[in-house]
Amino acid sequence: MTRPQRRAVITGVGAVAPGGHGREAYWDLLTAGRTATRRISLFDATGFRSQVAAECDFDPLAAGLTPQEVRRMDRAGQFAVVAAREAVEDSGIDLPAADPARVGVSIGSAVGCTMGLEEEYAVLSDGGRTWLVDHSYGVPHLYGYMVPSTLAVEVARLAGAQGPVALISTGCTSGLDAIGHGVQLIEEGSADVVLAGATDAPLSPITSACFDAIKATTPNNDDPRHASRPFDGRRDGFVLGEGSAVMVIEEAESARRRGATVYAEILGFAGRSNAFHMTGLKPDGREMAEAIRVALDRAALDPGDIDYINAHGSGTKQNDRHETAAFKRSLGPRAHEVPVSSIKSMIGHSLGAIGSLEIAACALALRHQVVPPTANLAVPDPECDLDYVPVTAREHRMERVLSVGSGFGGFQTAMVLGRPADVRPKPRPARRAARRPARKEAA
Amino acid sequence: MSASGIRPGPRGRAVVTGLGVIAPTGIGAARHWESVLAGKSGLGRITRFDPTRYPARIAGEVPGFRAAEQIPGRLIPQTDRFTHFALAAAEAALADATADPARLPEYEMAVVTASSSGGTEFGQHEMENLYQQGSSWVGAYQSIAWFYAATTGQVSIRHGMRGPCGVIACEQAGGLDALGQSRRLLDTGSRLVLSGGTDASLCPYGLVAQLSSGQLSTEDDPARAYLPFDAAASGFVPGEGGAMLVVESAASARDRGVRPYGELLGYAAGFDPATGPRPDGTRHAVLASVIRRALADASLAPGDVDVVFADAAGVPAEDLAEARAITEVFGPGGVPVTAPKTLTGRMYAGGAALDVATALLALTAGVVPHTAGLARPADGCAIDLVLHHPRRTGPRTALVLARGHGGFTSALLVGAGDRRDPEK
Repeated sequence: MTRPQRRAVITGVGAVAPGGHGREAYWDLLTAGRTATRRISLFDATGFRSQVAAECDFDPLAAGLTPQEVRRMDRAGQFAVVAAREAVEDSGIDLPAADPARVGVSIGSAVGCTMGLEEEYAVLSDGGRTWLVDHSYGVPHLYGYMVPSTLAVEVARLAGAQGPVALISTGCTSGLDAIGHGVQLIEEGSADVVLAGATDAPLSPITSACFDAIKATTPNNDDPRHASRPFDGRRDGFVLGEGSAVMVIEEAESARRRGATVYAEILGFAGRSNAFHMTGLKPDGREMAEAIRVALDRAALDPGDIDYINAHGSGTKQNDRHETAAFKRSLGPRAHEVPVSSIKSMIGHSLGAIGSLEIAACALALRHQVVPPTANLAVPDPECDLDYVPVTAREHRMERVLSVGSGFGGFQTAMVLGRPADVRPKPRPARRAARRPARKEAA
Repeated sequence: MSASGIRPGPRGRAVVTGLGVIAPTGIGAARHWESVLAGKSGLGRITRFDPTRYPARIAGEVPGFRAAEQIPGRLIPQTDRFTHFALAAAEAALADATADPARLPEYEMAVVTASSSGGTEFGQHEMENLYQQGSSWVGAYQSIAWFYAATTGQVSIRHGMRGPCGVIACEQAGGLDALGQSRRLLDTGSRLVLSGGTDASLCPYGLVAQLSSGQLSTEDDPARAYLPFDAAASGFVPGEGGAMLVVESAASARDRGVRPYGELLGYAAGFDPATGPRPDGTRHAVLASVIRRALADASLAPGDVDVVFADAAGVPAEDLAEARAITEVFGPGGVPVTAPKTLTGRMYAGGAALDVATALLALTAGVVPHTAGLARPADGCAIDLVLHHPRRTGPRTALVLARGHGGFTSALLVGAGDRRDPEK
């Protein structure tokens, strides 16, 4: 039995990001090179080592949620539902008319409903005074906060999905991995439509404190606007962020049949683990390079086919060096030819959510043919010697882009997106000639 | 090859060559299986803290688990109890499979675990430090112990597995979904995947959060607290522990000369977006459709299935929906149904993984284990519940069902292998 070759395309994008409301405002921020980092306002960060963050100015009622939804959902859930609604609307898909068993959901989150979980803990423990917390103060949705799967449940209910639904939680690669999982559900035939993305709302004392404890976040509290400095010689840790992006991913043929406008096709995806250290990275970038190599192989592409790299670029000393090495190791000379940028310079690092926001940025970059910049990049680092598109966005011809993620637990993920096939020029003949028959056999 | 690495042609066979069990019924697959056959319950009054003030006081705790005897000492303070369980279970599973990761290709081995609530007890301790003493008292390990990916990361590091590792959080259904994912990985270039799940949320905050679901039994007699499909069903009892399985391509197992316990024959996942009972009485429809999809995935007919390991919610409406779904697919009394989890409680991320291990042990032994403790099946549950004692019927194919809070619904079919010596 030969399985038919199915492909997955992005037909709708929704975003809740720092610095504005929705997808268009998000793209405006990125292309303007504006930073949304500031002093933390969501809680009193006095006494914390890092007191800056990229916060969403998010009013759930104004964003269309009902008072009951606001009460039931943690902030991360509110983000995801609002982003999912925008994505569905953008795609023009008529979900109620779809076969519910063919609709799936794949949402990523690194820390789930941690904000609700912590707020409730503070009450039930009476400010940490009692180990035997008092259940009589528990809200009815407390269990929903304890299990991150709630986030996928909320999006699945919105979509009326009866197909496969999953919450993917691989730390800071959750977003890329959740989208990859959605792609796999479509390719293997388990679903025709998947709402895929990620969400995180980690701006609460416990999450800030745990990153303080390992000095992963920046102590640069005096200049919040310029605190996130990926690839810059002065970088001193990441800036926590929050947000969500959700995409409508569809099987390419059914998207074409209904006349959907396609942002991008997911051409290749691969994950590897470094099995080295929960938080440390070896400088050589070996496993990330392997993930990139495999993603390119699955996409049947060469390094020369990549026109832009959306970097993980967290702004920690070790990450940016590790990642630069991984690009050189996997792409060879091409690493020095393509623009590379980190949007975390503008919207911070929203843990599991950031991968979905980065894929949303890649989809928008392919549509508009503009590379978002790396803000705050002024002082070169000899170990980071690629073209990081400092400060200013750049018009650039792109057919295929690469996005990567790296996270606690050793996860390394790479994803390659391409412009929709109908607007993409024919690829270089030599390479394609060698690969084409294999694809045809598969179909 | 597709974007996610699926090759043209039929899916390769996925076999299970190793089991690691840490459960209220015992540490190790052999001890667990003895308890299952004997109907020996691991439920009792909670001992990890004083549960007197809470309305639910019964749980399934892992007896006699000493982390220092099971895992490297340096990892103990760095990780939560759910990760301790998984590290120990992973080690046991690899030993059972006689697999030495150092001798296998690093990128072709992966770890995929289910996580339900992460390092719950660890997190409560650190939040207590934060709220009692201040942010600088939160320990450095909070960042790597609390989050849901802690277990997969640690197991991957411990065994040098550098392939596409993953974490799936679908509450009680997650164990089946992790195993379903392991099969996908074998289909996209991996040869050996450590997969399963563990849970350890029996700390005060964990229990209190579970109480808010309204589904925990408040019965004080351990023998009466968790009676799925019974007329006296009154909710469920939480348990801790779980199982890790070595899932391997049939070719890899053959190369290594290892006889498998069995094979993952089919898998499907779905979702029931309805909350509460459906007015039209179709609460069972999604589960029935997921069972049919799993059968189709395995190219099996309902008549090929010899036993169903039920999700067994212990909540009357949920039990009825499950019984109806089974009846719809297999006919009234059409297949033996069992729920050995009455001995362990519902173990969240660990529950379904343990059920699959139990199912494989049952196929290996040729025995359908019974559902201990049940006296009188509830009205409307027209299923052939295996009660009182095991049936030696030589089952060859088992269906395992799992449902997770909020609507997750999964089904996995396992077939018998040729192994006859459950060890560990």
